[in-house]
Amino acid sequence: MQTSLFSLNQLAIGQKAQIVNVEALGPLMPRMLDLGAINGTPIEALHRSPTGDPTAYFIRGTVIALRQEDAQKIVIQSFLP
Amino acid sequence: MGLTNQSTGFSLHSTTSELLTSHPVIALAGNPNVGKSTLFNALTGLNQHTGNWPGKTVSNARGTTTYNNEVFSLVDLPGTYSLMVSSVEEEIARNFICFEKPDVTIIVADATILERHLNLALQILEVTPYAILCVNLLDEAQKKGIHIDLDKLSSWLHIPVVGTSARSSEGLTDLMATVSMCCKEKKSTFFKVDYPAPVEKAITCLLPAFEELAPLFPSRFLALRLLLQDQSFFNSLEVYLGQNILDTPTLKHALSTAKCILEQHTLSSENLHPLLVESLVYTSDKIYHQCVTLENSNYHQRDRRLDHLLTSKRTGLPIMLLLLGFIFWLTIVGANYPSEWLASILFSLQDKLLLLFNDWGMAPPLTSLLVLGIYRTLAWIISVMLPPMAIFFPLFTLLEDSGYLPRIAFNMDQYFKKACAHGKQCLTMCMGFGCNACGVIGCRIIDSPRERLLAILTNNFVPCNGRFPTLIALISLFFVTGIASPFQSLVATLILLFFILLGVGMTLLSSKLLSLTFLKGLPSSFILELPPYRRPQFFKVLGRSLLDRTLFVLGRAIIVAAPFGCIIWLFSNTYLGGISLLQLCANFLDPFARLIGLDGIILMAFLLGFPANEIVIPLIIMGYLATGNLTDLTHLSALRELLVAHGWTSLTALCTMLFSLFHFPCATTCLTIYHETRSLKWTVFAFLYPTSIGLLFCFFITQLSRYFIG
Repeated sequence: MQTSLFSLNQLAIGQKAQIVNVEALGPLMPRMLDLGAINGTPIEALHRSPTGDPTAYFIRGTVIALRQEDAQKIVIQSFLP
Repeated sequence: MGLTNQSTGFSLHSTTSELLTSHPVIALAGNPNVGKSTLFNALTGLNQHTGNWPGKTVSNARGTTTYNNEVFSLVDLPGTYSLMVSSVEEEIARNFICFEKPDVTIIVADATILERHLNLALQILEVTPYAILCVNLLDEAQKKGIHIDLDKLSSWLHIPVVGTSARSSEGLTDLMATVSMCCKEKKSTFFKVDYPAPVEKAITCLLPAFEELAPLFPSRFLALRLLLQDQSFFNSLEVYLGQNILDTPTLKHALSTAKCILEQHTLSSENLHPLLVESLVYTSDKIYHQCVTLENSNYHQRDRRLDHLLTSKRTGLPIMLLLLGFIFWLTIVGANYPSEWLASILFSLQDKLLLLFNDWGMAPPLTSLLVLGIYRTLAWIISVMLPPMAIFFPLFTLLEDSGYLPRIAFNMDQYFKKACAHGKQCLTMCMGFGCNACGVIGCRIIDSPRERLLAILTNNFVPCNGRFPTLIALISLFFVTGIASPFQSLVATLILLFFILLGVGMTLLSSKLLSLTFLKGLPSSFILELPPYRRPQFFKVLGRSLLDRTLFVLGRAIIVAAPFGCIIWLFSNTYLGGISLLQLCANFLDPFARLIGLDGIILMAFLLGFPANEIVIPLIIMGYLATGNLTDLTHLSALRELLVAHGWTSLTALCTMLFSLFHFPCATTCLTIYHETRSLKWTVFAFLYPTSIGLLFCFFITQLSRYFIG
């Protein structure tokens, strides 16, 4: 079954998806790897800051905030049904 | 905002190598914000400052602890997410564990996010076999229904595992017993993470070379570093070995074989990193699921609900301002009475001291110097400065302990982004509330050099605790006197809030201006961690911040102020052509000072206050008292009369407050800026920039008000 790829900033609040292609993260890669973000790691969009950016995400038991520009670089795909 | 005698100034800058070596050395390592500092304090009895946000400990703190009559040296390493990346803190921590070879490394992990923290634990175990896993915050985990089988964990990792709740000192005796046992036994079984077959093959290629060339260091770890082409690691290794082993033919040959193996599987140093982390994560996941059971998979629901309240669009910013305002209000209202009370006690003592010294037959000039010069200055400092500090700091520490500060950074980030600044600059700004020098050191949490410099240069725009009471005192003396008493403190709070926001606004504006001119660039990528909320320990915080911060700052003020009280007294009692030296200096500065709404004495107080901002108001008082109109100022309420008698208007007060907010950083901060930037140019800039802003502000306000009001 085909799943479509999209970037993390497009993930709606309250939705979950999984990370793909960690290798392409650029400068964020080491920090994301530190958090245990490998291909297939689930990530959930929790809430946005009062001004709309950054957004808080839940990943491996931790809450992190990412600015839109950074979230855009992270490729995700929805879970297979 | 770690404001203690260890963390302020220069003891912090000392390097790791000068260690007390006679005792077994115990290192505390772990992720940021797992309670290492709390554990360190609980074990050593020292007051290394703690706070619930990552990146607080930026350098190694040292202390000793005794267990069963045996003394251990404890080293609190900066928190690190991994040993893979070379941020400054990670390098410090990794080099310490790898090269200084502590007798035991205590790996501190947060029981509530053990899944992620096991990852670092596995990496540390690749460096040293002499380790203990300390699963901290067990109490918090229990509250969230997370159950951890410590014995199972221990048998998986082949190291002792101890559960603690450092904040309530639970499990510490167990921990020390285990430490003591480990120091004696020195068993060394390396835990091995299994990497994919080609990586293992490549490691095996390199092992013999490292065992031969650097037998004292963990060869498997060295091999991994080499495969990842970690140049900074081998630079450090070269320092410790005294030679560069990378150039030896044995290693070169082994490396080319290893690289061949990797290349056959299309692996290079770039895509190796994610692959290694994958193995680490799989291993820690496996261990985690074997050892941890969750009562309720939604254990973080409470945090999410709090987050929705504290960071949502509708309530986030209002709650932030209300909370800050409430703290200011409590400080203003609460400081009023004790100030009055302290002043009356201390000044009534002044007369008794005068009499006492007279009875002892002390020479009148000496008596006058000691009592009217030194004692009186100190009495002013204590009665004006102590109460606001003693109220504000514990309150601010409570906020810090709860985990709210990163949420402030989260709420404010958009503004920092627009100013082309790093999102963590908000955290360093908050640290500046305590002490700008600490704020400047705290800028190490910002990785990008451009943005770190921005944060360093603008830190001075938030008033530190030395300037805070000045603002409060002047607001309550000059701006709320005509208002009905129930609203006085409310209006005072609003004015104070306005000044703080002015400082924040200036921080943002300056960051933007600098980003457009001298420090061009775009904001870099970063990840801001929002740690779990923790209930602050009310009484511990109260005691700690009173002892740690308030008394330390007060002590510094007293030490600096005493000689200045002495100098001012001498100046005012040395006459040249019928005019005292003090008056001469003040007269000299006066014409210029008048242009910016101040007077000679005020400007001189700011200049003399360079060593410590706390003494500006006391210096002004001393200056006026010495030049004479009112000499029997023995009551706090007389302060306004004294100032008014010397020509103060609300304009003078406003300009003094503005200049206090925008002027050169104190000497300690300047030195710290120099130390952190290693650049005289930027230090001079950090000195001149806020000063010119203050001068401009005051000049325009003064001239405008003279033009309109006359």
